[in-house]
Order: sequence, then C-alpha cells, then structure tokens
Amino acid sequence: MTATKIVTPKAAAKDVEKDLSMRKQKAMMAAHYDRITSAPETGSKTCCTFVPGNLNELIMCFDLLNNLPEVNAIQAGLRRASGNFVLEAEKIGHSEDVCTYVKSDIGMAAKGNIAPNGKKFPDPDVLLLSYTGCFTFMKWFELLREQYKCETIMLHTPYMADGKVTPNMIEYMVKQLKEEVIPKLERISGVKFDIDRLRESLKQSAKAEDDLVRVLQAAKAKPSPIDAYFGGIYYIGPIFGAFRGTEDAVDYYRFLREEVEARLAAGQGPVTPDGDMGEEKYRLVVEGPPNYTNFRQFWKMFYEEGAVVVASSYTKVGGVYDFGFRHDPDKPLETLAEYCLGVYTNRSLPMRIEMLTNYVNEYQADGLLINSIKSCNSFSAGQLLIMREVEKRTGKPAAFVESDLVDPRYFSAANIKNRLESYLQMVEQKRAGGRAAA
Amino acid sequence: MKTFVGIDLGSTTTKAVVLDESSQVIGRGITNSRSNYATAARVASEEARIDGRFTLFRRALGAAGGLHGHLDEFLGALERAFRMEQFLEQLEDLEATCRGQVKGERFTGVEDGIREALVEVFKRLREEAPELYAPGAKRKSDFFRDIAGSRYHNHSEDVARESKLPYDLLLNVYDKSIIEVENRPPAGALSEKFRRALDRILAADPTIKAEVSAVQDNIESTLAIDLEESYVVGTGYGRVTLPFSKDHIRSEILCHGLGAHMMYPGTRTVLDIGGQDTKGIQVDPNGIVANFQMNDRCAAGCGRYLGYIADEMNMGLHELGPMAMKSDRPARINSTCTVFAGAELRDRLSLGERREDILAGLHRAIILRAISIISRSGGVTNEFTFTGGVAKNEAAVRELRKLVKENYGEVTININPESIYTGALGASEFARRAFEGGARMERAA
Repeated sequence: MTATKIVTPKAAAKDVEKDLSMRKQKAMMAAHYDRITSAPETGSKTCCTFVPGNLNELIMCFDLLNNLPEVNAIQAGLRRASGNFVLEAEKIGHSEDVCTYVKSDIGMAAKGNIAPNGKKFPDPDVLLLSYTGCFTFMKWFELLREQYKCETIMLHTPYMADGKVTPNMIEYMVKQLKEEVIPKLERISGVKFDIDRLRESLKQSAKAEDDLVRVLQAAKAKPSPIDAYFGGIYYIGPIFGAFRGTEDAVDYYRFLREEVEARLAAGQGPVTPDGDMGEEKYRLVVEGPPNYTNFRQFWKMFYEEGAVVVASSYTKVGGVYDFGFRHDPDKPLETLAEYCLGVYTNRSLPMRIEMLTNYVNEYQADGLLINSIKSCNSFSAGQLLIMREVEKRTGKPAAFVESDLVDPRYFSAANIKNRLESYLQMVEQKRAGGRAAA
Repeated sequence: MKTFVGIDLGSTTTKAVVLDESSQVIGRGITNSRSNYATAARVASEEARIDGRFTLFRRALGAAGGLHGHLDEFLGALERAFRMEQFLEQLEDLEATCRGQVKGERFTGVEDGIREALVEVFKRLREEAPELYAPGAKRKSDFFRDIAGSRYHNHSEDVARESKLPYDLLLNVYDKSIIEVENRPPAGALSEKFRRALDRILAADPTIKAEVSAVQDNIESTLAIDLEESYVVGTGYGRVTLPFSKDHIRSEILCHGLGAHMMYPGTRTVLDIGGQDTKGIQVDPNGIVANFQMNDRCAAGCGRYLGYIADEMNMGLHELGPMAMKSDRPARINSTCTVFAGAELRDRLSLGERREDILAGLHRAIILRAISIISRSGGVTNEFTFTGGVAKNEAAVRELRKLVKENYGEVTININPESIYTGALGASEFARRAFEGGARMERAA
C-alpha cells in the first residue's frame, strides 16, 4: 500500500521578465505623464477623453495634452492603488455597482489627484466626450464637469445597430465635428484648426495601425508568438492612448513588429512575466476586459496551464483595425467618424458575435472564454447570449469567469482558477472526443 | 490488487472513493476537512480502503457460502468491532497527548490532580465505548473529534465537580490536544486491528466460532490482499492548495460531471450544492462536461448558509429539512446572503412568523438561486442529477422538484444516497483512466 503523495509549496517568485518593447513603452508613458503634470509650468492645456472614440489626432491639432481617465484608473489598478480610490468614491456616495473605472478616477481626485509619477494632475481644461456606446462615459463626464467646472464637448456616434456604416452616419458626425467640436476646441485652446496638421497625424496613425495589425495577426501562427490579451494590453497601450498619430507610436510599433516577427521566425511562444511560456497547449479567444488589480496573477493562471490567448475583443475597444479600417489622411474628418463608429463598444451584439466567431475560426482557437466584469454593464449585457451563439456557430466550448476592472474586492482567485482550469480540462476532454478521456 | 483513488477535498468534508480495475467502487471514506488538507486526504483514503476491505470480505465470504445467511450480520459486527478498536486506539493517543499538555503556570499546584482527573475521564470514556458501538446504537457523528469531544466534555465536567478541580483546565488540555491527535494518522497495521476486532466478536459470541473458523482462510487471504494505490486523483474546492502534484489533480466540475454520469448514465444536467459553492453542469452522453456555471466569489445560498441557519436556530443541520417540510405557508425570502441570514431570521421570528414557514422560505430561496445558475449553464435536460450535501435535505429537494417542473416540465430527478461521493467517484475514474493511459503509453513505447 503506497501513501498519498504530498508535494511541497512552490519556490519564491522571480523577477518579472519584460520585452524590450515593454521597456520602451514604459519610458513613453513616463514621459507623457511628466508632460501632463508639468502643464501648469509649461502653460500647456489638457483635455480628457476616453479610449473608445479617442480623437487623439484632433486633440493634438490644438496642442492639447490628452489625459485619459480610463488609463489612469488602469494605472491605479496595476499599482494596487485603485482599491482605496474606489472606497473613497463610495464614501462620497457612489454605489457599489457603479463602474469602478469611474470610482477609481473620482476617488483618486478626492485623494489629491496624484499621477503615477507622484506629481499632481492638473485640472482638465476641456472634457471631450466622444460617445461610442458606453452610457457610463456620459455620466462620468457629468461628474467631472461638476468637479472641475470646465467645458464639455460631446460628439455623438450613432450605434451600429444594423451592423453597417451609412453615408448619413458619417455626414451626421462630420457636421458635429465641423459645427461643434472643432470650433469649441479652437476657442478653448486658442489654437486655430489646421486640417493639414490633422492629415499629417492621420498618416502616422495609419502606419502604426498597419504594424499593430501585423503584431496581433501574428497570433494566427502555431505556436503564437504573442498573447493577444494579456500581452495585447501592452501592445494597444500607445495607440489607444495619447500616442496615436505620433512619431513615437510609429517607432514603437515598428520596433514591436520586428520583435514579434523575430519571435515568430524563431518559432517562439509569448514572453510572460515569468519568462518564455512553455508549450502552447490551449489557444483561446477572450471576450471582455481583464482584471487589473490582480493582472499578473490572472495571467499566470493562463500561462501556467499552457493557455495562450490568440485573439481578444478587448484589444479592439480603442479601434478595430484588423478588418481593414485605417485612418485615412485623404478624408480627415470622415475617417475620424468612421473610426468612432467601428470601435468595439459601438458594435451591436450580432457584430460582436460575428467577430468572436471569426476569431475562433481564423486563429484556430480551442474556444471562447468570457471574463465578465461585475461593474461594466456595457460589456456584460448580452455576454451569455454571445457565449451560446459563438459556441453554436463554432462547435467549440465556451466558458465564463467573473471579476472586475479595478476593484480588488471582486477578484476571487480560487473561484477564477477553478473555473478556468475546469474549462481547460473540458477543452482537453472534448479534443479527446468520446473516447475515455483522462 | 490495483486500486484507483479519488479524493474530493470539500470545504466541510473530505471524501474518498476507491475503484478496482473494472471501475467498480470497492470503498468509500469520509472525514472532516480540518485545517489540514494533507491529513484529511490521507484519512479519507485510509477510511475508503478500510471500507474496501469490507467489500473484499463480502466478496470472499459470499463466494465461500456466505456464512449460511449470516454474512450481513457478521460483517456488521466486524465493522462495529473494528470501529471500536480504532476509537480506543485514538482515545489512547488523546489521553497521552492530554497528559503531555498538563504543564506550565496555569497548572501550578494542580498538576497531579488534573492528571488523576484525566485518568478517570478516560477510564469512563473507555467503559462506555462498547455502548457507543453496540448494534443499533446511534452515534452523533462518525468523526473521532465529534464523538470523543462531546463525551469528553460531559465526563470532564462531572469529574471536575467530583474532584473539585477547575473544569476549564480539563477543557484546555483537550482543546490543545484534539487537533494534534486528529492530524496524526492512526498508527498500527490495519490487519492487526481487523484480527483484534474478530477476536472481540468471537469473545462476545462464542457460538459463531465454528462458522467463522470455516472461513478463517478466506478472511486471512482477504487481509493479505495488498490494496495497491495505483493512481490518485484529487479534486475539490481546496484544489489551489491540494496536496497533490499537478498530474494528479482534476477540476471538481469535471469530476462531478463524470461521477454523476457513472451513477446515472442518462444524466445530462447536474446540480451540485456543496458547502461553499453551487454548480450547474451540462454533460454529454459520455459524461464529458459541455458547459457549466457556478456562483461567483459570494457563497450565498450554498450549504454553509444552512449551517449558519441551523446554528442560529440552535438546531442540528439535519433537523432543518424536516422542520421546513411541516410548513404550509412558506415565507417569501429573497436574500440568501449568509451574513444577513441571522438578522433576517430574528426579524421574522420577532414579527411572529412560524419557524417552519421561515425555514421553508429559506430553502426555496436557496433553490431559486441554484435554478438561476442552472439556467445560465443551459437549463435542465432530462435526466437531472442532484448531488452534494444539500441533496440530502428533503425540503430542498421538494422545492427543487417543484421549480424544475414549473420551468422545465417532467424531468427524471436522480438523487443517489451516496451523492456526497459524486466528485470523489469521478476523480477515482479519472485516476483509473490516467493509469490505463499511462500503461498504454508504456506499452506503445
């Protein structure tokens, strides 16, 4: 009779491994935060806007610094500061169910509005709401307008309910840009609008977008050289934030593409915080934002099992480029409209289903995993239906885990690990088919 | 012989199932999960092997003529005598450990008195042991901690009073010792304990001696069978810290799905309500999980919730169901939040609502939550198997039947008396398959 096998706990964690592109991005972000926090000294003005529908090229035309509240909330989540910010916002009176990006931002302001570089954020000069399907954004800026007593501009993007962009939609948006958005930005910034300057930025945008798409589509290879969700979140950082349309972004994406292509050529898998990922055992498509308070822990649950994410919808919230759209310098205002219309949050449920179904098929994924965000109605509504439909259309199994954006109270590691591992073992069993699977 | 062990480490209890090479269950064991998973796993698998030994006796003695119709009686007596042997052995360990705890400032001046009192307490515990293991005797629990604990409390209170010693000192030595004792695997060879148990029943009833002698060889040859632990698979909510290596761990969801399929091959939907989670699982005709949903980090409405309610009402967990069954007007309760359960209960009692109606309402609330989880996993498809500790609760089952019928029509609902072992059963079959797969690969190489 042999005794039950006992294993000892794992060894202590090593230092985090980073790609060179990650280090490059970190330097870019640090420089950007320094630009923002030194605005009072340099005399620059700042504009807040959101990642989906981010009109960075236009904002730059007015010499405004783009300060994105969502990105600040993500930074707070990654630095484990968001928990206290969320509590602070709840103390002010925001309910437990409110989007935790909002609460992190409001709580951060209440606690001195300190940027990741340790210096104070300046109050924004203008809030540019480019509305792309998430109703909470509107309420968020209502709160910020009240707080900062600053100007607010709204660009309304019609919802893609029928799944296509019509000339009327573009016309409606261009009219708003011409009659409302641009004149107001001119007045607030004191800078005259120069359409050629916009064209120049859009040209840069398209270059970076080409490289981004090549990076993301590298995941079609087996093994995938990237993780298109956890790694993907780093890759989208500059282009979804304040760098789209800049030389910096063009350089970064060229560098990133070369890095990924080298991995691809060498048949290597993704780099994880613990170094090179081992054997690729599962290929997943993920829907929904990640959790940021336990980002590495969450990622580790995947790579420890040999699961790599080959495509994700979240890496499309700030723009969908893999179906061919590029910013077009020849139609500067129309292209901004078309960009806003196409972002993931503005896509209807049937469009999301189709997109995810395509991803599962084109990236030869084993199935779909949904990370449902407790405090995000914009993403969560309809997710179960999306799951069922994608399952039906692809014949591949799907599963559901639940967490939150930046509220650490909603991250239950044991629960998520349990579900994820169950799902991966389910995939394994399905692969083995009807025969007795172990 | 080769055996395959599945261990399900739950938040409350740890279960083990031992399978033979033809996927037949030969033994089941259960123990409290303690704060030590490794010990719980060891104890539960040991218990399952002991139970397995009885299965082997049954097989061997049945084949040898079945003791002329007295087989059940004989095996029953053997099991009781064996359990008593085990109990006495652990009692001895507890006594020695308690004696060792009589030290330090608190005991200054009373050391001898407390030691003498301990001798008396344990003498009384040993004296009443045969009564605890008499035919038909009802024990509150089969776990040593529960049996020894409640009896120790009674006796030490009496002894303390009689010898005018502080009762709390006697409790103190017990509290410090029990965890140590229950985390120590029982010592001594099992075969010896079986032989001592056999001697005990022969001494108690010499008339069966001739009959037993006739099968003595069968008994000895059965005891000689080595139950080789060929492969172990662990599962359960404690999986994050399961004391097994990765190759030996399977998801509890898959184990429950497969276990339910083994019990009822027609199963397509499984509901498992355990201590701290509720799972809705869809399985295909091969027992492979097709989809699942479970509660998130909040364990509202799981088994533990009923535990709190029982504590709050000063009742035993097993008494809740029967009381709820007496209700004809269930209270409307929507919240299954465990934290607020006590407050809600007290509020309703103070408003004059009947205990049985409140309990019936609470059971309904739990099942409503479970139904929501099942519907998110894809609904109920015939046949439907209900597993987990809560499946033993008749009031919960009544509500479940009602709600399944309302929402999904006539569906066969399976509830196995051994349903608490569903996860361990699935795990043991995974162990058997993993071993078979490994052997196949070795042959191919």
